[in-house]
Amino acid sequence: MEFNPDNIIYFQWGFVKINATLVFSWIVILILWISSWLITRKVTSGAGISRWQNLLESVVSIIQDQIREASQQNPQRYLPFIGTLFLFIVFSNMLTIIPGFNAPTASLSTTAALAACVFVAVPVFGIVSLGIKGYLLQYVRPTPFMLPFNIIGELSRTLALAIRLFGNIMSGSLVVAILLSLAPLFFPVIMQILGLLVGFIQAYVFAILALVYIASATRAHHEKNDNDKDEVLNQSQM
Amino acid sequence: MDSISIIGMVSIIVAGLTISIGSIGPAFGEARALAQALSAIAQQPDESGTLTRTLFVGLAMVESTAIYCFVIALIIIFANPFWDFVIKRVGG
Repeated sequence: MEFNPDNIIYFQWGFVKINATLVFSWIVILILWISSWLITRKVTSGAGISRWQNLLESVVSIIQDQIREASQQNPQRYLPFIGTLFLFIVFSNMLTIIPGFNAPTASLSTTAALAACVFVAVPVFGIVSLGIKGYLLQYVRPTPFMLPFNIIGELSRTLALAIRLFGNIMSGSLVVAILLSLAPLFFPVIMQILGLLVGFIQAYVFAILALVYIASATRAHHEKNDNDKDEVLNQSQM
Repeated sequence: MDSISIIGMVSIIVAGLTISIGSIGPAFGEARALAQALSAIAQQPDESGTLTRTLFVGLAMVESTAIYCFVIALIIIFANPFWDFVIKRVGG
């Protein structure tokens, strides 16, 4: 029984290994890329929009609404990053229902890479909105004694992001694999349905936590100028 | 008993203890949070969206302690470093 998709190696050339994690990540990326390319190829703003454009528009607007409610800021800045994270994780978790598909999020390498993206994105968004000095000053608030705790908190929450997603998805597939050998008829189906629910909630939680971390790094900027709120209002009217 | 069977026995017992003790605390915490959120939704049904989102995020953060315990239990069972060390010493 193999529960780590890193160890399923399809092709090896020197030290370059093509394992199942890579292959299934590429499959998810290709599905997302090709489907959005096919849909947005003939996108119109008229009355007669196609079914697929309708689907894509509602997905984007739901993500926008969630970002706006959770961060209380203009969602347009965060939509590409948070939306990509959410869609990638959701697709790789949902596609485990297909037999033979190994979720790339069931490997610690994928989740660590996603968490590293968040770890890099937090200072990038923070510096863009506050400037380098303003961002670094956040580490010594409220007192300089909090500096080590702030740094430890930054590292440990990145670790928690990676381990949380990995543990949930990997335990889901592991439980199904164990149940297949104990009670192969009915119970694996129930656990797989539970796994779909957990996969969706974990993708949501990952995206929302990434958004909360980024929004907390840009918070001071938001309190200084209240123009963002007007922008949000204009956006929602459009 | 030789050291391999001692390590195997201790690993299995400790893995069971890890997952059982480590899931008690998060279970109580999540139950309290869920009960509070339910009563809050019952009092203010209009705010159920915000409450549910905050509840999910909070539950995920509480649950991460249980998942740490789960990962430690898996490491003890499937990728035990001491086991590998002893096997290597005996084999080599």
